[in-house]
Amino acid sequence: MSVMQNLRIAKFDIRSRLFVGTGKYASYEIMQQALEASGCQVVTVAVRRERLVDKQGRSLLEFLDLSKYIILPNTAGCFSAEDAIRVAILGRELLEKQKNPGANWVKLEVLGDKKTLLPDPIGSLEATKQLVKEGFTVLCYTSDDPISARRIKEAGAASVMPAGSPIGSGQGVLNPLNISLCLETLKENDPNYPVIVDAGVGTASDVAVAMELGADGVLLNTGVAHAKDPVKMAIAMHHAIEAGYLAYQAGRIAKKRYATASSPFDGIISHIPGE
Amino acid sequence: MRIKVNGQDYDLPDGGDIHALLAAHKLTPDKVAVELNRRLIRSSQYDTPLKNGDEVEIVTFVGGG
Repeated sequence: MSVMQNLRIAKFDIRSRLFVGTGKYASYEIMQQALEASGCQVVTVAVRRERLVDKQGRSLLEFLDLSKYIILPNTAGCFSAEDAIRVAILGRELLEKQKNPGANWVKLEVLGDKKTLLPDPIGSLEATKQLVKEGFTVLCYTSDDPISARRIKEAGAASVMPAGSPIGSGQGVLNPLNISLCLETLKENDPNYPVIVDAGVGTASDVAVAMELGADGVLLNTGVAHAKDPVKMAIAMHHAIEAGYLAYQAGRIAKKRYATASSPFDGIISHIPGE
Repeated sequence: MRIKVNGQDYDLPDGGDIHALLAAHKLTPDKVAVELNRRLIRSSQYDTPLKNGDEVEIVTFVGGG
């Protein structure tokens, strides 16, 4: 039986709830194997200047099976709404040329500074409004602040993507309370509104934690790309998505202060201290 | 004429267009997107003659998260 339900984001019907980035692998071949092993359907890419001098012969597009993956272009490296909008428009143009369905959406990042790579909440909001107006399906990277998350949803984002911890930091979900408040506010009277935890994943348990909180998916890159064995880690992430998703669906038990025995006390032959 | 391509000064013969620029760098139009003076320029307009001082950005996809 298939244990996972597809994830719906606007008109996209997505098989895997794990979105994987294409940056920072030791080689394109390892990237290809890791993407395959992760079972992902959505892969993120960045838009950059063509290298006009010393151009290498190989380009990313040659190593992505565009009939298999939905490409999600990001606006990484943009520090203003204006630049993010330009990059989104360029990414859309590139994907329209490849006839990839990803042409309709964008992973919006408007960053505050280079050191933290934390989002600029005002710029993110402005860019969301503008890109929605331009017809984009906007998936917006935000901090784990529930109020920012709600504002971005209200501005028309098709999905809000709160960070577990800073991009590439590998610190996992640092503030589970805030992520769960984001989920609560974004899904209030709108339970199917998609929320993806984006950034900060260091290992499989981080993915499971995000999914157990009720996230609809997880987007990661460095956790796989910089693992000692990226392919093995990709498999681990795949299992963690399923494990966390199922655990959330199943409904965890409440945490209790004291033990509750799994074996009955009735019929014991031993003496209980203090009784 | 002198234009800027990806932030660098570039001398292009008068009357040159985006097609000429891409060909000079052995780039396939399908694999790039192009901005002229910070606005997207579509493939159908790659034959628009460029002017002195124009700023062109030629971008593609790279790995990213």
